[in-house]
Amino acid sequence: MDNIIHVRNLTKTFGDIAAVKDISFDVKKGEIFAFLGPNGAGKSTTIKMLTTVLRPTSGDILLAGHDAAKDPDDVRRAFGIVFQDPSTDDDLTAYENMDLHGILYGLSSALRKERIRTLLEFVELWDRKDSLVKEFSGGMKRRLEIARGLLHHPSVIFLDEPTLGLDPQTRNHMWSYLEDLNKKEGITVFFTTHYMEEAERIAQRIAIIDHGTIVASGTAAELKANTGKDSLEDAFLELTGHAIREEEVSGTDRMRARSRMWHGGRR
Amino acid sequence: MNTIYILWLRELKRYSRSKSRIIGSLGQPILFLVALGYGLGSVFQRAGEGNYFQFLAPGIIGMSIIFTAIFSGIQMIWDRQFGFLKETLVAPVHRITIMLGRTLGGATVATLQGLLVLVIVLAFGFRPYSWALIPVAILFMLLVALLFAALGAMVASLLDDMQGFQLIMNFLVMPLFFLSGALFPLQGLPSALDVVVRFDPLSYGIDAFRILLANVGAFGLGMDFAVLASVAAIFLVLSSWFFSKIQI
Repeated sequence: MDNIIHVRNLTKTFGDIAAVKDISFDVKKGEIFAFLGPNGAGKSTTIKMLTTVLRPTSGDILLAGHDAAKDPDDVRRAFGIVFQDPSTDDDLTAYENMDLHGILYGLSSALRKERIRTLLEFVELWDRKDSLVKEFSGGMKRRLEIARGLLHHPSVIFLDEPTLGLDPQTRNHMWSYLEDLNKKEGITVFFTTHYMEEAERIAQRIAIIDHGTIVASGTAAELKANTGKDSLEDAFLELTGHAIREEEVSGTDRMRARSRMWHGGRR
Repeated sequence: MNTIYILWLRELKRYSRSKSRIIGSLGQPILFLVALGYGLGSVFQRAGEGNYFQFLAPGIIGMSIIFTAIFSGIQMIWDRQFGFLKETLVAPVHRITIMLGRTLGGATVATLQGLLVLVIVLAFGFRPYSWALIPVAILFMLLVALLFAALGAMVASLLDDMQGFQLIMNFLVMPLFFLSGALFPLQGLPSALDVVVRFDPLSYGIDAFRILLANVGAFGLGMDFAVLASVAAIFLVLSSWFFSKIQI
């Protein structure tokens, strides 16, 4: 089958607020797919449902041929994820974080050893493998998280705003790993970002979600042609409007604010 | 099984690596020992109750266990939004194994903390009734730690941010500690307080420590064990249930 992600009539309501309204889309195997939208448009909610941590109100999700509602564990084995907020354990070393992931995914000890080395070398962290993650910079943590997300050889990797707060050097570096991996291993990359030029440069196909529905999808060139704009940023604004979105502040946001206060800086 | 083990090991590694946390959390028990143990010692003696320090030490061990255990559970609130919990929630493993690994780890850490306090009270001059009973006391410490680690995890599963933290401190942890008989004998209490004390699971833990370490007690070891084991089992089942319902 061609479509690695298959979403039909997906809806999620919280009380009487519909965060995602009856969306359907497909992502082809081996594609680099960007999922764009303003804050509060339903991006995160959709990713949470795709990655089985949030149950849809209705609709179907197939990931690598597995039904997210019926066989969540098969779906979980099929994807890797880099979350918006860091999810490494700061008090463990890079190697221990990787090893723990391997154990959670049921990899044998020999396989873990071999793959952890390959991946940490790939993201250029092998010489720091025994350092505690709390000593890492934001970029290094991201790289570690990417390596970790790939450890169980998923067929899809989800990246939720992976380049937020990273400098252009690190960003470039990170995308070159991922593009490399996409070419060599055929891994499907599904990412969100607020940087339109990044989406335009990296993604082979783009979907734009707003107010819980998908308002446009296609290649960057198609989106520009359909809106008659020169840049993806303008096309995006044309499709989603110029109004600044007021997002309701959630517990997470409050904690994020406090975390920023305590640790100074986002990551 | 591997999942439980590795998550248990993670808690231990985190504990052994945070020296400041270990030392910091010993400050409070030492303060209680010095201020109350020596401060109220003569009053206690005059009331004919014997050596207050001998009486207080098991209570302070209980205090450090309940604080450490509940905190290890509550830490999950933080972990849930920014951290490692998400990584485990998207892994192809049963939620109950995640819960058990974390809770057993938290309970082990709290027991170690209790043991450290035991060493400290020994250094301050506490003399256990019988050295042979110390291993039994450690088993009870583990049981108490498990009970409160599960309680902490249950509370953490129900809250979505740290706003409720102060509430938990003031309306859960502090009352559990102060109403447990850690600081006062359970004989001759006003009847209302006596009822409250009997509803506090920590009372039975401290009673067991006191029976095993100082040879005084109120409920009897059999009763203590029955209450602690059944409440721990209930909290474990409830926390697993709530944890399995977590959506991010």
